[in-house]
Order: sequence, then C-alpha cells, then structure tokens
Amino acid sequence: MNRKQRKLKEQLFIWTCRVATWMAVAILFTLLFHVVREGIEWLDLDFLDSFPSRKPEQAGIKSALWGSVWLIGLTAMISIPLSLGSALYLEEYAPQNRWTRIIEINLANLAGMPSILYGLLGLAVFVRYFGLESSLWSGSLTLSLLVLPVVVIASKGAIRSVPLSIREGAYALGARRWQVVLYQVLPSALPGIMTGIILALSRAMGETAPLIMVGALSYIAFLPESPSDPFTVLPVQIYNWAARPQDDFHGLAAGGIIVLLVLLLTLNAGAVFIRSKLQRYKS
Amino acid sequence: MFSRSIDHAVHLILVLCVVITILTTVIVVVLLGKESYLFFQQVPLWDFLFGTRWEPLLEPKSFGVLPLVVGTLKIVFGSIVIALPLGLLIATYLSEFASTRFRSIIKPVLEVLAGIPTVVYGYFALTFVTPIIRTLFPDTQIFNAASAAIVVGIMILPMISSLCDDAFQSLPNTLREGAYALGATKFEVAVQVILPSAAARVGAAVILALSRAIGETMAVTLAAGATPQMSIGFLESIQTMTAYIVQVSLGDIPAGGIEYQTCYAVGLLLFLMTLVMNIIGNHFITQSRKIHL
Repeated sequence: MNRKQRKLKEQLFIWTCRVATWMAVAILFTLLFHVVREGIEWLDLDFLDSFPSRKPEQAGIKSALWGSVWLIGLTAMISIPLSLGSALYLEEYAPQNRWTRIIEINLANLAGMPSILYGLLGLAVFVRYFGLESSLWSGSLTLSLLVLPVVVIASKGAIRSVPLSIREGAYALGARRWQVVLYQVLPSALPGIMTGIILALSRAMGETAPLIMVGALSYIAFLPESPSDPFTVLPVQIYNWAARPQDDFHGLAAGGIIVLLVLLLTLNAGAVFIRSKLQRYKS
Repeated sequence: MFSRSIDHAVHLILVLCVVITILTTVIVVVLLGKESYLFFQQVPLWDFLFGTRWEPLLEPKSFGVLPLVVGTLKIVFGSIVIALPLGLLIATYLSEFASTRFRSIIKPVLEVLAGIPTVVYGYFALTFVTPIIRTLFPDTQIFNAASAAIVVGIMILPMISSLCDDAFQSLPNTLREGAYALGATKFEVAVQVILPSAAARVGAAVILALSRAIGETMAVTLAAGATPQMSIGFLESIQTMTAYIVQVSLGDIPAGGIEYQTCYAVGLLLFLMTLVMNIIGNHFITQSRKIHL
C-alpha cells in the first residue's frame, strides 16, 4: 500500500470514529426530544397534583412523586451511614489481608448484580420473613442494599485520595484514630463521598424492577404517612402506563418520564457542582 | 481512657457495617439456593436446564428454561453487536483523536446516557424504535426482540466506551510514539498497536457489559414481550429470564407454591451467569492495572 492510500484510510477512520461519537450524542437527543414531544401536552400542575386514574385526562403522579421522595429519603438515611462505615473501615482500619481482598471482590460483584435479584431478596427477606409487607420500609431497605456497594466503592476512592500527610499531622498532635478519621479524613473526603452518594441515589430513584418485586403498587390514591404505608414510585407508575396499549397512557408515561428526568438531571448537576467546586483532592 | 474506649467502639461499629455487605451476598446465595433446592425436588435439574418448553403457569406445566435463556441470549447478542463497534470507535476517538475540550464535553453526555433509568429505555423502545422497525419490516410483532436489543445496546454503550477509553488512556505514550516514529498512520497506531495492547481490558469491558445486558429487566419487559419460545428471528416476541421474574411478581404469587419457586430457580441461573462474568471481567481489569502501573 502506498502512502497516499494509507493516509486516505487514516482520514476515513478518524471520520468514522467522529461520526460514531456524534451518533451517541444524537441518540441521546433523539430520546429526550421524543419524550418531550410525547409528554409535554400532559404536563401541567394538575398532572403533578392528581392521583392516578382510569381516565387519562384526570390521571396524575401525585402519589408516585411523593412515594419517590419518601423512598429516596429513607434509602439515604439507611444506606449513607452503613456505606460510610464500611468505606471508612476498609480504608482506615482493615488490615490488608485475604479477608479484605475477599470483601472487595464481593463488593465489586454486588455492584454488578442485576437489580432484579435485589428484588427477589427484598421480597423473601423484608416483605415475607420480617413481615414488613409491601411498605416503604421494604422498598427502602431493598434499595439500600442495592446502592450500598456503589456508595462504598465511590467513598473508598474519595477516602484513599486524602493525602497521608493529613493523617500523620493529626497523629503527630496526639489524636486518636477515631479523631483522625472523624475530624480529618472524613471532612477532606466529603465532597467525593457526596458525589458518590448523589449518583447512587439517582440510580435508586430510577430503579423499577426491584420495587415491582417488593410490590410497589401502581394504583395508589393516597399519600404515604409513615414508612409502614404501601407506596408507588415514579418509575413504577411510568412502567404501568407504558405497558398499556392506549396512546393516551403512553403520553402520561412520557409526562412522568419528563418529571423523573428533570429530578435526575437536577441531582446529577448537583453532583457535578460538588465535584468541581468543593473537591480538594482528586482521586 | 475515654478516648481509647471510643476508639474500640468506633472500630466495632465500622466492622458491623462491613458485615452487612457480606451478609447480603450470603443471604442471596442461601435464599436462591434454598428455594431452588425445593424447586429441584419437584422438577429434575436436567429437565430444567435442557427442556425446550417453558410453561410454568399453564397446564400441562413444563419447566424447560431454554426458551428463556434463548430469549436472553438474543438480547445479549443483539445489544453487543450494536454497542461493541460503536463503543470501540467512540473510545478510540475520545482517547486518541479528540481534543481535551471536546472530551470534557462528550464524557458527561455519555454519563447522562448511562444514567437514564431503564424503564425510560423501555418506553423509548416501545414507542419510538418499534414503530420504525415495523415500517421497515411490516410483519414485525408489536413486542419484538430487535427493538429491546437495540435499546439495551444503547444502554450498555456508555459502559463499553468509558471502560475502553480508560483502557486506551492507561497505555504508556511510548507505545504510540514508537509506532509514529516508524511512520505509522493514526489508523495503524489505533488498530495495530493500541487495540491489541488493550485487548485484555477491552475483553473485560465486553464481559461486564454482557453481564449488564443479561440482568437488564425493564426495557425487555416492556418491549420484548412475554412469549417464551425457542426461535431464531429477532422480529418476534420473546421472553427473557428477568422479564419472566417480573411477570410472575406482577401477579399475586402465594409463597411456597411452585410458581414462586420458579422465580428463584431462574434467579439462581441469572445470579450464576452474571457472577461468573463479573468475576472474570473485574479480574482482568485489576490484573491489567497492575501490569501497566
């Protein structure tokens, strides 16, 4: 092959790569555009403030929206302390031996386990064994287990990126280990940890399958008042509407998706903001 | 004195947190194992693994899981055919050709694609992709494997492109410089030097993405239908393992019945498949990190 042909091939290849990249961007915008076009006409204040209904024009996402807020709040309260504790232990306390290696492999596998298996676990353990029924408790405990490995892995990275000199400085001043961890390591790693938490919670907010498993009912015409109440969430409501054959319900599903995506994008923007403004040490 | 006892207490509390992560795995294994054991007392393992008829809810009942596995493999195969070439090209562009500025814009866009909930992809498949396929191939069924496979491909695309991008980026620059010094073009460097050197991690990325595609639930439940069958075509309705579990749980299942146990038997198969793939994938990634650092 002469030089000219090789150069031509090079240009062709670079253009193929470029087109592929733009295609991914185009797909994202097609998806967003399609959802907005289908859903925008259903979207108004009544939609946010009405319960689901058999009549499309009266249906809304009030119970789903509040269910999602409850669920994510509870999931955050359960999963954040647990995952922080795990990450701190693994990075600051645990000896580097075979056990910690097994724990880390286990975490990586849990993070990759299909979410529907968490649903099976939630159904058997929380709903049936502990008798929590299809309540917010069952849903949030299930989701907490699901986000736990994700948050632990992200937090470990953030904690590891805190320079050793910070710890040594604290020890040199006579601090105990828990004081070093609580007053030095944790505050320094906090932005990174918070980014991980927000991203994991936004994943939890979009989860559907495990919540269907634990029985997040799709037709709920009241707001939950305590964690032991039954509930529904946005993704389950969207699924329920999308699974119906009528076009009007597809429109409602698209309306619900717009609300869900706006919530998720807000959360993600928050994570990006924290990452860029507050992070002192890059992992 | 006080300080020291706090030290011990904190240590203990943190250990308890870690125990929960291990307990999760143990419970999953015990639970899937126990229910599956009860299931296999009624249905021989051989009939389950190699039976070609999956009709657990209708009389006469039949528990051959192969139709569900075939359905799942169709989705997996179709999605990787879409995601792997695109993902590799994107990763090559981002890592080798694109400016830092362009990279910093595109990477978050891909992250958004990865962050979109799967139920949204299901909706997209059903209301956007399926109508297009049906215009192209009029005898396509409303629920079909092709549409679901396409959106699952879109879903795993960011995972493949970002893992491959990491793999390419981790290669030492001397590799590229050596090849350029010998007069290679950018195409030759990318295809003959970079890709082979990163092969192990690209393979790992593919395995992890395949595992994600196997476990994908909502998009296939919405778009691929609920007809477990052994067939080759992509234009007809199928059912995957995950979609079956959802279908059963949408009905009111009494605990302890055989329908309830089928979920866990199928779940066990799903767990083992994804576990093996995740272990292999993660192992490759950590190994190759060690070599290059």
